[in-house]
Amino acid sequence: MSKLNEYRASRLHGIWALTNRELKKWYKAPVIFFLSIIQPIIWMGLLGKAMNIGAIFTGTSFTLPQLDPPLTLPQLQQLGDYFAGLQTNIMTSAFNTTDYFSFMAVGMIAFTALFTTMFSGMSVVWDRRLGFLNKALSTPVSRAVIIFSKVLSATLRSMFQAGLIIVLAIAFGLQFGANFNPLNILGVFAIMFLVCVGLSSLFIAITIRSTRMETPMAVMNLINLPMMFASNAFFPTKFMPDWLQTIARYNPLTYTTDAVRQLLIFNTDYTQLALDFTYVGIFAVIVATIGIVLSWRFLSK
Amino acid sequence: MSEEVIKAEGLTKVFNKNLTAVDHVNFSVKQGEIFGFLGPNGAGKTTTINMLITILKPTEGKASVLGFDIAKQDYNVRNVIGLVPQEYTADEDLTGLENILLCADLYGIPRHIAKERAMDLLKLVELTDFKDKKVQIYSGGMRRRLELACGLINRPKVLFLDEPTLGLDVQTRAATWDYIKKLKKEYGMTLFMTTHYLEEADALCDRVAIIDHGKILVVGTPEDLKHSLGGDIITLRIKEDPDVSELIRTVEHVKEVKNEDGSYRIKAEYGEVTAPFIIETLRRKGYTVTKLSMTEPTLNEVYLEYTGKSMRDAEESREAFRAQRITMRRARGG
Repeated sequence: MSKLNEYRASRLHGIWALTNRELKKWYKAPVIFFLSIIQPIIWMGLLGKAMNIGAIFTGTSFTLPQLDPPLTLPQLQQLGDYFAGLQTNIMTSAFNTTDYFSFMAVGMIAFTALFTTMFSGMSVVWDRRLGFLNKALSTPVSRAVIIFSKVLSATLRSMFQAGLIIVLAIAFGLQFGANFNPLNILGVFAIMFLVCVGLSSLFIAITIRSTRMETPMAVMNLINLPMMFASNAFFPTKFMPDWLQTIARYNPLTYTTDAVRQLLIFNTDYTQLALDFTYVGIFAVIVATIGIVLSWRFLSK
Repeated sequence: MSEEVIKAEGLTKVFNKNLTAVDHVNFSVKQGEIFGFLGPNGAGKTTTINMLITILKPTEGKASVLGFDIAKQDYNVRNVIGLVPQEYTADEDLTGLENILLCADLYGIPRHIAKERAMDLLKLVELTDFKDKKVQIYSGGMRRRLELACGLINRPKVLFLDEPTLGLDVQTRAATWDYIKKLKKEYGMTLFMTTHYLEEADALCDRVAIIDHGKILVVGTPEDLKHSLGGDIITLRIKEDPDVSELIRTVEHVKEVKNEDGSYRIKAEYGEVTAPFIIETLRRKGYTVTKLSMTEPTLNEVYLEYTGKSMRDAEESREAFRAQRITMRRARGG
């Protein structure tokens, strides 16, 4: 005769088991793991190196019209210096750095956070369709732990990807800011953690109600790309029309990207950095609370 | 502990305020028995299970498992039950052993005890040789056995089986029944199962409740249910058109006659003796019997009697369900 289940573990038990289940699917599948490394390389190569905005201003990209009388060598030299200075000036005023690649590579980090959390959200649909969610719900694991483990696995995955992007970006020639300190990397992970917790709670709240892939996919595509481009991830917001700037000003990705730039490639403005962290922190707390409460209510129907 | 392991009183679930999936059902399951819910898809079987395993909250009524209220003491209920779901929930990317250990973690069982139990269970369901293989390569029967093992990792007092042999071929199904019996013998728990296979209910269940449209129509042992029909079923056809129900009814031992589109379904005691009398009676009046068959009652007859329809409709929707599941698995693998 069997005994009553004698292991009344804490209310948080199972969180690591469920998180690890998600992560295992990723790191134990060589193809997926490989693709998750390749993907940022391709994006950085395409966007960062193809859109070489800095090169527009270098002397080789255009020919100066011939003047009459022709310029003397010192004059040409002077003009060349003038344009080089102009380039630095324009790039610095637009992007706050002279290197567009560095600017864009950091934008990739926010991009990764958005897409990794989105795909992790989709795994809830599979768990529901394949019955695993019901199975887990019939065990003593608490509802909150089931949701937390999803959020946590998405967050850990995004943070790993962010680290990878930083390493790759350095390999491709990322230029650090003047007062960069290796400890700033920890700050990057901190802001990634906050934004990923917020985003994945949001996506899970959207997907948990669905047994089909199509509906949440459509909703997410509707959210994701506008969120991506109505932010400063690839281009500074100050050149955007007013209405778009307004959207970008509320977009948490703008603040995430700015924080990472402040930490890695800009001359760190600590007031701005504090503002970024506060905004993303509040976003994470509010959205995660709403997302988790909605999911929890759905699971306790 | 009470003799009644599961007790449901007026248990009701209404979805979206208008779809009554389970409609005021009352039943109780005794210690150590295998209790089966038999009915077609959509009858409310899975909804009932989901309420008992505390995944769904009842709209009305109450139920208890081992004395714990399913709505108020759900945490206690979850600790004493095991579930073998309809679906294959094992993770395809993990090995068999990893899947069982994951289940163990969900119950908070310490790793060393979990490993020991997992090895015992794997041996019992004969998956020891495959324990380190990814579930991807498992056959349907193997996956089912793995689900059984997962459901037992916490040594549940009550095991819930939702359509335990859905989508399995005939031999694998019979083999799975043997595993279920073996596990029950080994661990001595109470089993609550749903099925729409009559043979399955007949082969496994101590008592069966026939459920349709959310209502329990009858409860009893398969034997009692068959006997309650009151004898054998004779089915016959005649060459001529007119309805001869009344004439057949005059034959001794005939209890009931139903004309189903020219095919007469006759309930009679001592079928093998009564059948010749029926033929004789009809012949005397100038009718010719073209076809005659006789069956001793099976659960199918019981089912037909109470629901007014054959299980065949349910079978068709099962095929559709299976096709969908296969598509889903492909989609996931790709």
